Amino acid sequence: MADPEIKSYEPHHESQSAAVTESRPVRAVLMAVAFAFLGVFLVLPLIVVFNEALAKGVGAYTEALASPDTRSAIRLTLLVAAISVPLNIVFGISAAWAIAKFEFKGKAFLTTLIDLPFSVSPVISGLVYVLLFGAQGLLGAWLKAHGIVILFAVPGIVLATVFVTFPFVARELIPLMQEQGNGDEEAALSLGANGWQTFWYVTLPNVKWGLLYGVLLCNARAMGEFGAVSVVSGHIRGLTNTMPLHVEILYNEYNAVGAFAVASLLAGLALVTLVLKTLLEMRYGAEIAATRGH
Amino acid sequence: MEVRVANVRKEFDRFPALHDVSLDIKSGELIALLGPSGSGKTTLLRLIAGLERPTKGAIFFGDEDASQKSIQERNVGFVFQHYALFRHMTVADNIGFGLKVRHGPSRPPAQEIRRRASELLDLVQLSGLEKRYPAQLSGGQRQRVALARAMAIEPKVLLLDEPFGALDAQVRRELRRWLRDIHDATGHTTVFVTHDQEEALELADRVVVMSQGRIEQVGTADEIYDTPNSPFVYGFIGESSSLPVKVENGDIWLADRPIGLSAPHAASGEAMLYFRPHDVELLDGCSGCIAGTVAASRRVADTRRVELEIGGERQRVEIELPVDHPAAQKSRVAFRPRRWKLFPAA
Repeated sequence: MADPEIKSYEPHHESQSAAVTESRPVRAVLMAVAFAFLGVFLVLPLIVVFNEALAKGVGAYTEALASPDTRSAIRLTLLVAAISVPLNIVFGISAAWAIAKFEFKGKAFLTTLIDLPFSVSPVISGLVYVLLFGAQGLLGAWLKAHGIVILFAVPGIVLATVFVTFPFVARELIPLMQEQGNGDEEAALSLGANGWQTFWYVTLPNVKWGLLYGVLLCNARAMGEFGAVSVVSGHIRGLTNTMPLHVEILYNEYNAVGAFAVASLLAGLALVTLVLKTLLEMRYGAEIAATRGH
Repeated sequence: MEVRVANVRKEFDRFPALHDVSLDIKSGELIALLGPSGSGKTTLLRLIAGLERPTKGAIFFGDEDASQKSIQERNVGFVFQHYALFRHMTVADNIGFGLKVRHGPSRPPAQEIRRRASELLDLVQLSGLEKRYPAQLSGGQRQRVALARAMAIEPKVLLLDEPFGALDAQVRRELRRWLRDIHDATGHTTVFVTHDQEEALELADRVVVMSQGRIEQVGTADEIYDTPNSPFVYGFIGESSSLPVKVENGDIWLADRPIGLSAPHAASGEAMLYFRPHDVELLDGCSGCIAGTVAASRRVADTRRVELEIGGERQRVEIELPVDHPAAQKSRVAFRPRRWKLFPAA
């Protein structure tokens, strides 16, 4: 149908015709394989994480979480997410707006570039910052002369996190905005709204569920990122250790309860993200369906 | 508000969509821009609205040059082809949007906005649907809401892009009459785009026929239909048949015989003869006529439309016969157009 508004947002259910339905034993085998795989690779590790974390009782668990270094790691992770997620919202909306609503030279290039963090190893992205901002790096001398510390400090961690998470919001919004076109914005402008009002009252409400979905994924990644952050953090306990880095340190020190306690928090975050994501998908499936792919 | 389009040219990436178009629209007039797709009619409408800027030329609202003004400053009511209703707002909020985004003293209080929205809903005969969302409305209802929303800002000019394009035939006819009533009641200068000639001829005070980025003819329905000024308009509006003919000393010849029509002022040489299939005179004998063999015949409502082969199989024309005319297959029919027009051969 030509009218975008009448378009049904129901997911498309294909009726199962007898011709393509597998026989009962085949179906059972397929399902068993899928569930076994999920069990071994996803559920079992989750159980192990919580099991190990609580191996010495709830007391040891809370004690491990209450240690100053752990608490500082949690604080740092929250801080990094609190800075990098809003930055990525701004960047994601700007990039999606530019790509979906305007024609300009280098558009294809920008679209490809946004995907770069997905295709490059996080370690490389961390190393890039070392080469840029490190003492021997391109800007190292200048930064030192001006007393600006980026590497092995919070700014470096934030930069690395922003780098690895920046596709999430943009990737959710671009297809959504492209599909919606300019019609609503033109209508708002013709009714006298200025650019900001158009964005606030029309564009943003039209993409809010896609945006929320992108923010959710972006946040999960920002809190869980290991590789890039590991390179630029310097692993200074109580100062530049994020939760994932702290897990590794504790584990290497044979502090299994501590390591798994922090890991259980991250696993909990993953579960919460998963639940929220599923809820969002159930309610606003088609609006975000266009953006699936990761 | 008078609208004057003066020598406007519009290019998209150097590809011209409109060539040197000029048009005067009188205050309170209802104008149709009619043409096939790609004729530039929507581009012209968007230029008047300010959704596009002309490459050359200017657009005047009254005496004021509007071409340098933004769409917000022009104060036009635009109804989009697919309505572009804000899907997350209720019907009342959609209609009130243009008032809500105003600044300072020109912005009415919330209660006044609600009152205006209800008033407009009454006008478009949708009272009581304030709280509905666009997704809960039928196509025709959305169309009415879109019109009410455009009228809420008290526009100088009302512009409609294919207003009935997405509706089925029944609703279309109803809304067409209704739009005429609204126009007569409110007196807005109104321009609408359509590719449906019936809609244009029935609804508009004047019709602007466009083709390939140019205005072919501007006139009332009668002028456009009775005195088309180009082969395109002849062919595009209503039914038409055409034959290649030759003019010699003011007489019109088809192949090697005169057909009894004279065009004293036409230059001698090749030409195309255009006429309406229903506007022909049937003849018994044939001295000075067009004669042909019936190749096919179709019953169309209360007439019979026959396709004639003229001069072997080289030319085919359509004419209309009374249903009871005894022209069976392969019988010969002789006729002469009553009203016709010659155009130079392409």
